[in-house]
Amino acid sequence: MSLWDRLFGSRNQASGAVAKERLQLVLVHDRVKLSPELIETLKSEIIAVITKHVQIDEQHMEIELTHGKGFQKLRADIPILASRDGVATRRMH
Amino acid sequence: MTNGSNGSAPAATLGRVVTITSGKGGVGKTTTTANIGVALALQGKRVVCIDADIGLRNLDVVMGLENRIVYDIVDVVEGRARLRQAMIKDKRLPELYLIPAAQTRDKSAVSPEQMQSLCADLKKDMDFVLVDSPAGIEQGFKNAIAGADEVLIVTTPEVSAVRDADRIIGLCEAAEKGSPRLIINRIRPSMVRRGDMLSVDDVLEVLAIDLIGIVPDDESIIVTTNRGAPAAMDPQALAGQAYRNIAARLTGHDVPLMVLKDNDGLFRRIGNLFRAKPA
Repeated sequence: MSLWDRLFGSRNQASGAVAKERLQLVLVHDRVKLSPELIETLKSEIIAVITKHVQIDEQHMEIELTHGKGFQKLRADIPILASRDGVATRRMH
Repeated sequence: MTNGSNGSAPAATLGRVVTITSGKGGVGKTTTTANIGVALALQGKRVVCIDADIGLRNLDVVMGLENRIVYDIVDVVEGRARLRQAMIKDKRLPELYLIPAAQTRDKSAVSPEQMQSLCADLKKDMDFVLVDSPAGIEQGFKNAIAGADEVLIVTTPEVSAVRDADRIIGLCEAAEKGSPRLIINRIRPSMVRRGDMLSVDDVLEVLAIDLIGIVPDDESIIVTTNRGAPAAMDPQALAGQAYRNIAARLTGHDVPLMVLKDNDGLFRRIGNLFRAKPA
């Protein structure tokens, strides 16, 4: 969803469609019973496992609950840091 | 009048205990219970409706039987009355009864085990035992589903009611009551058409359970409730027809979903405007 849509989209959308979207989002959280704290814990543990093998861009990593048709899913979007020659870029500590 | 599958044979088949619940209050559980009860009785079924909302008795006024209460469900459970004494007969129909809630007690006056044995006793003599559940997910709800063979969930096309319905579906499945079936109440076709109300398909997609019926938002419900004669008794009432359809589906008849007419749509009004002009 673009920034424009986020800011202005729902204003033009019929309220029934807004209701459906909001319901689907809230029910994903109701059904799975994963608290935001637990999602944060999951996120840091996933980072720990993956960074053993690959350099990732932790700042832009996203993990969220979402829904498919008839099921809930946890979606993780993890950008990998890599240089053009295939060697992971090293960040300075 | 048919005798259903029970007849008077000694080895009679048991009736079915159907609980009507919703999670959210004010979506029409009591109206639904009364109307399905009437509609099943019109089919010749032997039906008893139980008001399980102890402390907030209401099924009696919706059914128009409030002046005939002597004993209530707590009197039965505590042994002050026999089951038959607490069953108020609706004289307008061949076999429709009400067991009213107690008004001066609270939910803790009845336990799930007591409710279960009450339902078990009733289904020996009845084709249908309809239990009108209180709102919420606390003890009153647990009592209401304790004896249920199947559960019907009432919702309206609103985010709060649908969200609560989802919670109740989860609780029914956890209580191993099978997958409940859904009644979508108070649909306003004109609002659905202009996209300002969740449609039947929207609600079904979100909740992912089977539908047993839809009921239009119909003034006849208020008028018939005012009189204490449920809409299902009125052959003219649209909502009454919707409830008779639900009762037919409950008894295994394949009735198509009611097509809800949109009487006050903008296009229709414009259409009428043009039609009113001379050609």
